[in-house]
Amino acid sequence: MRKTLTLVLVIMMALLSVVVTTAQDAPTIGLSVSTLNNPFFVTLVEGAQAAADAAGAELIVLDAQDDSATEAANIEDLIAQGVDAILVNPTDSDAIVPSILAANDAGIPIFTVDRSAAGGEVVSHVASDNVAGGMLAAQFLCDALGGAGKVVELEGIPGTSAARDRGAGFNAYMSQSCTGVEVVARQTANFNRAEGLTVFENILQAQDTINGVFAHNDEMILGAIEAATAAGREGITFVGFDAVDDAVAAVNNGTLAATVAQQPALIGQLGVEAAITYLGGGEVVANVPVALSLVTAQ
Amino acid sequence: MTSHVRDLSWQVVVGGMLRRGIVLIVLVGLMTYFASQSDRFFQSRNLVNILEQNAALMIVTVGMTLTMLIAGIDLSVGSVAALAGAISAGLIVNNGFSFEVSVVVTLALGFAIGLLNGGLIIWGKLPPFIATLAMLGIGRGLTLLYTEGRPISLNGVDQYTFYGRGDVTLPVFGQTPVSVLVALAVVMIVSVILSATRFGLHIYAIGGSEETARLAGVPVTRVKMIVYGSSGMLAALGGMLLTARLFSAQPQAAVGMELDAIAAAVLGGVSLFGGVGNVIGAVTGGLLIGVLSNGMNLLRLASFLQQMIQGTVLVVAVAIDMIIKRIEGV
Repeated sequence: MRKTLTLVLVIMMALLSVVVTTAQDAPTIGLSVSTLNNPFFVTLVEGAQAAADAAGAELIVLDAQDDSATEAANIEDLIAQGVDAILVNPTDSDAIVPSILAANDAGIPIFTVDRSAAGGEVVSHVASDNVAGGMLAAQFLCDALGGAGKVVELEGIPGTSAARDRGAGFNAYMSQSCTGVEVVARQTANFNRAEGLTVFENILQAQDTINGVFAHNDEMILGAIEAATAAGREGITFVGFDAVDDAVAAVNNGTLAATVAQQPALIGQLGVEAAITYLGGGEVVANVPVALSLVTAQ
Repeated sequence: MTSHVRDLSWQVVVGGMLRRGIVLIVLVGLMTYFASQSDRFFQSRNLVNILEQNAALMIVTVGMTLTMLIAGIDLSVGSVAALAGAISAGLIVNNGFSFEVSVVVTLALGFAIGLLNGGLIIWGKLPPFIATLAMLGIGRGLTLLYTEGRPISLNGVDQYTFYGRGDVTLPVFGQTPVSVLVALAVVMIVSVILSATRFGLHIYAIGGSEETARLAGVPVTRVKMIVYGSSGMLAALGGMLLTARLFSAQPQAAVGMELDAIAAAVLGGVSLFGGVGNVIGAVTGGLLIGVLSNGMNLLRLASFLQQMIQGTVLVVAVAIDMIIKRIEGV
């Protein structure tokens, strides 16, 4: 029995020692990420790692597996390690608050990436600039229609920041820089593909001429495309948002004209850079907007 | 511990000692190793962190141990914990109930769900695995329905969040987290009930052989109902601690907690086949999981690797359990 026991301990310790990295004196930054079971956040971490490597900083990445309690424990462990700064990608804006307060107490500066926190002191929030994304979509649609035509806007869940900001950017561009295009219908389809389908079916019934559609996310635009196909309506330019796999496939086969893509790697990179600037005594702004890019068939 | 250990052969005695000792040996070994690798590990703040991070799991593990001792299982604990967190928060935030009333109502609800589990098992003749698996789904669904899929924030409800993040100053220990005290109290109380009361004896008797227990005059139905009720109530208590710790009730809180609790109990020497084990062992098993995850974080292990090592430790522990069982000849 004693042999087995010894064996167990030896095996466990061997497993552990293989991968232990040694500490040094470069700045150490913790990154608590909501989940690594989503390509978006994996890419975000890769961007952060690249920026840390470039700056000679050490990055400790902890995965909360989409569980708020795990994330709270991870952040406590980062605080216990005495890291110099923590980048937090909250699983939930409310549940992260006590963890941020704990870091505040420990005097460790906090930066939020992608999702914001509902409380506590945060040095800087780094996330996609959805207003600019909405403008990007409007500009593309305007150019595609030659500066004139009738368009429809499918809105996301009312009250969400994504729906608000994407719509604001889209409408600001249309009303200021593209006055030839008229928004003839504006309805919510709650970020949902099935609702995108039914809502756009109704709009098609009501409007004889539609030249373009912008939806606040890809799910709704894919629903709208189905509705148009079923109704046999052609010549409509569709623009979505998020660049999900289905949407990119639709762009490649020509049914979707464009979709706006977030740049998770850039979010991670700018997050780490903000932390390093701050630790070096530099000024950082409270909100770091991250540019978006447009995915089109070349 | 159990009455049936007393008058048996030396193998059983040695086996019993190993069963109880092994988790402690591994725990001490791991802690020594982590301390040698990271000077942060043995700081009192970190040790308190580990207890605090696992307070809810400890409580839920106690309930799980009770059901495993009667050769049952309770897979619904994670869902019940989430539902309890949501309802206790909702009663205060949405319905204006006082904190005390909300806690009592929620504990009663947890007990009632546990009784429902017990009823399905005893009168519905469902295997415990199936009855509580069904409740796992129902509980999570109810939580999502009640919260409409959104978290309920308790930010500012200090009376509640005190139990998740608050400290009290004790004579010898100094600043001690309230959540840890609650967990230790539960462990102590249930431990005493198991080892020093007739009810505890009945639980072990049922786990040893339900039929024999019945013939010996143990009120099997009543004991089983109380065990499942208690598991539900302890899950509710754990869920409220979790909610207090996060200042918010999360609809997806405690997903998979039943597996952590089972792993903790098995690591701590509680048999999956009933009748063998105790609460202190099970809770030590929970701490082992907590120490492992904390230590691996401090050693900066990649997170995917961490999950692998945790799985490996569980397999090794269960293998040892089987070996011991062979020695005992059970």
